[in-house]
Amino acid sequence: MDASTLIFFLLAGLLILSSLCVVFLRHVVHCAMALVVALLIIAIFFVTLHAPMVGILQVMVYAGAIMVLFLFVIMFLNPTSLERVRGVWWGLATALALLLAALLVPLFSSESTGDSVAATELFGSPEVLAKSLFNDFVLPFEIASVLLLVAIVGAVVLAKRERRSNGAA
Amino acid sequence: MIVDLAIIAVKAFLVLFMVLNLAGVLGWVERKGSALIQDRIGANRASIFGFAGKGLVNTLIADPLKFLTKEDFIPPAGDKLLHTLAPCMALFPALVTFAVIPFGDILIIGDHAINLQVANLNIGILYVFAMGSLGVYGIVIGAWASNNKFSLLGGVRGSAQMISYEVAMGLSVMGVLMVYGTLELQEIARDQGALIRDLLPQWLDFLRPIIGWLPAWGVFLQPLAFLLFFTAAVAETKRIPFDLPEGESELVAGYHVEYSGGKFLMFFAGEFAEIVTGAGLVTTLFFGGWQVPYLMRDGFHFPWGATWQLPNLTVVVFQVLAFTLKVLFFCWLQILLRWTVPRFRYDQVMRLGWKMLLPLALINIAVTGIVIVAAQ
Repeated sequence: MDASTLIFFLLAGLLILSSLCVVFLRHVVHCAMALVVALLIIAIFFVTLHAPMVGILQVMVYAGAIMVLFLFVIMFLNPTSLERVRGVWWGLATALALLLAALLVPLFSSESTGDSVAATELFGSPEVLAKSLFNDFVLPFEIASVLLLVAIVGAVVLAKRERRSNGAA
Repeated sequence: MIVDLAIIAVKAFLVLFMVLNLAGVLGWVERKGSALIQDRIGANRASIFGFAGKGLVNTLIADPLKFLTKEDFIPPAGDKLLHTLAPCMALFPALVTFAVIPFGDILIIGDHAINLQVANLNIGILYVFAMGSLGVYGIVIGAWASNNKFSLLGGVRGSAQMISYEVAMGLSVMGVLMVYGTLELQEIARDQGALIRDLLPQWLDFLRPIIGWLPAWGVFLQPLAFLLFFTAAVAETKRIPFDLPEGESELVAGYHVEYSGGKFLMFFAGEFAEIVTGAGLVTTLFFGGWQVPYLMRDGFHFPWGATWQLPNLTVVVFQVLAFTLKVLFFCWLQILLRWTVPRFRYDQVMRLGWKMLLPLALINIAVTGIVIVAAQ
């Protein structure tokens, strides 16, 4: 077993551990921090898979921005501890997890790895990513950005309406 | 193989050593500098065998010893684990960001060409922003784990401020990236060795005698981006005039009210390391990094045609020296700012970030794009 495989399994173990922490820890802030750790480990996986750009975006967008907003909300609401989870949800979650595991079984048992493409040095580099985003997929990209703009405008409108009704009352 | 690993280890150690020590020395510069600005004597009490060294003993030896031997207090109702981890989360991103900042060109020793940069990543500047975005956690978690109203308010303010200014910071750099056409900081620094006369398009040829002799530094090509980036970088360090997360007169000490001893020292060191990193980034992006004007790899090439051949080692020494001096200048500028300008109000900070810096950065990107297309 070479060094990179060893590191992979070490990190994979840590990833599973931190993911379990997200689910099982008692306190919401602890769960959120465990999720940050999990996201950072996934980012490292991306970097080792010759996709440093995706890895760094994972850190910037998920670990750096979205999780901070999560923490923001948690800090404002400050739930001291989670309410007790009801049995129905446990049953549903277990069923879903088993279904997922069943889906994974043929994937692991099959010998062929499908259409494997050798990753080149440039795969996942900023240049290649930018070329495919702004040349090949420029229309979907622009549509997505318009969608985001609409969402932002919508959020602003909703926030403004709230304030006006408060002022009237 | 082993030699290469050793070179990387030495580079990493050297940069970490320099950043940490510069952060320590800046503590002294801040105390004596503030005294100079306010016409006081400043720290001068502690001495070793009669040597007070203008307060150097205070800041470099007595202060850290005092911090480390003080009681480490964790609020009983706070979160012990996160309260202890938060200072590490604050210090770590500030220290690792410097890894992608180049401090020289290529040093040739024997048959080894050493790139004077710890990590040459092709995502360069994005790594800086990724680490910067992780810096928020130290504040938010530290504030929350203290279980204190003032801390929490400081943490909420801090996270909002840092996220807001990260947006402006990222967009202000975009113009620089467009001009130099790369994300790698070493490439950006290298491109700044050219002269403006080599970059001028045909229709701007009449400007050649006036500005043609200037080096193609970011500050000349992207002056607005420099102002925006520097403002955002100062805001990211959370110091006056942007120290709302601490705001002594309102929040006692903000997110680190409940910190004492070594943990407070870590927050403190993180802040100074951020100053050093910010200065390093401004230097690299806008002031030529390690470039000395007209110094090429083989010596000086002056615009009037004279040349002065120099060996590689001398050139590298010049470069590292130039980089260090530029970084020191911007560290001093930040300290000067901190002791000159009064604190903003919180709504003013938010207005500056979202309504001034952000639109200006967007305009800068649009204008840069138009100019680049027109110049082709």
